[in-house]
Amino acid sequence: MAAPAARGSTPYQRWARATLLARTPETGTARTLVLRAPGWPGHLPGQHIDIRLTAEDGYRAARSYSLAAPGRGEHLEVGVQPVDDGEVSPYLAEDLPVGADVEVRGPLGGWFVWRPERATAPLLLLAGGSGVVPLMAMLRGHRTSGARVPARLVYSVRDPAQLWYGSELAAFAPPVSVRLLHTRAAPPGDPRPPGRIASTDLPDADGPFAPGVPDVFVCGPTGFVEYAADLLLLAGHPAERIRTERFG
Amino acid sequence: MTDAYLDGNALAGPLAPILAVDPTTAWRHCPDCGVRGPLAGLRVYGPEPGLTARCPGCEAIALRITTEGPFTWLSLGGPDGAFRFRTG
Ligand SMILES: Cc1cc2nc3c(=O)[nH]c(=O)nc-3n(C[C@H](O)[C@H](O)[C@H](O)COP(=O)(O)OP(=O)(O)OC[C@H]3O[C@@H](n4cnc5c(N)ncnc54)[C@H](O)[C@@H]3O)c2cc1C
Ligand SMILES: [Zn+2]
Repeated sequence: MAAPAARGSTPYQRWARATLLARTPETGTARTLVLRAPGWPGHLPGQHIDIRLTAEDGYRAARSYSLAAPGRGEHLEVGVQPVDDGEVSPYLAEDLPVGADVEVRGPLGGWFVWRPERATAPLLLLAGGSGVVPLMAMLRGHRTSGARVPARLVYSVRDPAQLWYGSELAAFAPPVSVRLLHTRAAPPGDPRPPGRIASTDLPDADGPFAPGVPDVFVCGPTGFVEYAADLLLLAGHPAERIRTERFG
Repeated sequence: MTDAYLDGNALAGPLAPILAVDPTTAWRHCPDCGVRGPLAGLRVYGPEPGLTARCPGCEAIALRITTEGPFTWLSLGGPDGAFRFRTG
């Protein structure tokens, strides 16, 4: 596979066909979709694609979806959380038949990316809900590249049933660590009372994470991203080391 | 798209057909409030197919992009609102 287009051009600048190969559940409603995009040039952890659907009457709708795993040839993995009354996400999560085609454009984005082979600083990832998807690509990239830098995922979910990638996250070992936060209902025995992310959930407040200033990536619903980014600034993280992506 | 705004990461796809390089790392210096930052940090308001990207510091319009059939309309903000792209 060619080196992924980092800062350069976007090879799939126009729409191209991709085929749905498989759909697997992550939660009761969220689904992982694996697509095959012929000639895919590869991508970096954190990048996304746009997916476009065309109805029989010609009506079109396009939405962005983060890539959940580092490139594997022509295979693209995305994670879709259907939103109520959504035009695109319920169709992708439930109805698009395996074997059917959609159009994709990408890989997209050069700002919200992490390059494992260049990493020297610790990596701190803050996820709200489906915002875990691009951050999972970073953790998977950390694993497959054999990166040595410490990495910590702080992942906020409503309740334990909303957790994506549960067994895979549980299998990460140092230098990767995962801290789960529950906003509505925590599992039995969790000493942390349910509630939104707080300064005490950030590394250093909950124990030393790693020496040095981490590169921070924050992703999730706009409200989560705003709130978490403010907490990071208050905790002294330099603004230029915080990268954010809002899902809306 | 939501009422809640997105950010400039969402502009990567809409701008892809007309730009040769990734736009999200393009650096912007706001002529109105002086904020500096990447295109990824702009606040993007829908609904599709018309997106308006505003300065995170002062809400001045930084760019507008609209897709209409085979056409993409792009307008950049005020006279000093040009984006600097890393092309080499
Ligand atoms: C860069 C980027 C990456 C993204 N990555 C992912 C991803 O990996 N997985 C994923 O599931 N989504 C992701 N999204 C969000 C996705 O693009 C869509 O916005 C989302 O799937 C809803 O689309 P829809 O057509 O179903 O809803 P729409 O028809 O656009 O909206 C229907 C209703 O849902 C509300 N709504 C819209 N978006 C959201 C949202 N994100 N959360 C809650 N309510 C919403 C709207 O206000 C509206 O009331 C990403 C967005 C961006 C900009
Ligand atoms: Zn401004």
